[in-house]
Amino acid sequence: MNALAILGVMVMTAGAVFLAFAGLGLYRMPDTYTRIQAGTKATTLGTILTLVGAALIMPDWGVKLLLIALFLMFTNPLSSQVLARAAHRAGVPATKESKADALAEDREELA
Amino acid sequence: MSTLMQGLGLVIALATIGAATLAILTRSTVTAVLAAGLVSLLASVLFVVLAAPDVAMTEAAIGSGLTTFLFFFVMGRIRRESEK
Amino acid sequence: MTDTLLLPAAIAALALAAAFWRFLVGPRPVDRVVAFDGLTIIAITGLVLSALASGRSIYLDVALVYALLSFLGVIVAARYLEGGEQ
Repeated sequence: MNALAILGVMVMTAGAVFLAFAGLGLYRMPDTYTRIQAGTKATTLGTILTLVGAALIMPDWGVKLLLIALFLMFTNPLSSQVLARAAHRAGVPATKESKADALAEDREELA
Repeated sequence: MSTLMQGLGLVIALATIGAATLAILTRSTVTAVLAAGLVSLLASVLFVVLAAPDVAMTEAAIGSGLTTFLFFFVMGRIRRESEK
Repeated sequence: MTDTLLLPAAIAALALAAAFWRFLVGPRPVDRVVAFDGLTIIAITGLVLSALASGRSIYLDVALVYALLSFLGVIVAARYLEGGEQ
């Protein structure tokens, strides 16, 4: 086991820790919007770190892993945005601690 | 089969059973469709753990992608027709 | 090699359990879609881990198909839920 593989396992562990934080956010957050925030941003970083770690352990698989990472970088923020818009249009209430709702203000201005 | 694969298979199998139970017990149609999609997604990971990647690819494509897409498409059509 | 991967696998299993709990209890359908998205991404990590543990690169193709189709499912579900609850 060479130095690169040890580094790869460390990076993979860091990515798994970020995934665990995302799971903790999904478990603990008070309303839908904060859960979207926790469940899509942190998982993107965690998965990409895991893929980088896998590429360090197995350098021959680099192209395929890069393809998966690129794909996740494109699709994950997109699904986060679509989900947040769907929740807002369906009238899901935010938690009482939230201070502002810029999308609702823009809607009122346009209407 | 290594310890990692055994542990992964056990965790995924338990989650599959939980999702299938939710799909049976829930009253909401959307939740049932989502839970059925999750069952086939987790089942495809289980197929990979059992060293059948081609079966897993088919399960992910048909079971999760096409079936979930079709269910939501048809439910949207039904809602639009009933609103008319 | 495989034994050193047990630590990230165990941490990812914790993340899977937490996201799955949100999928089970999530009061609204939107919460369940969010948990579904998180669960599929955690499962991609599981697929990469199993590819490393068995040393077969074809498992990564499954991860690619998986990422594509789970994204499609989330988009379709969100488009449906935009029309209102239930």
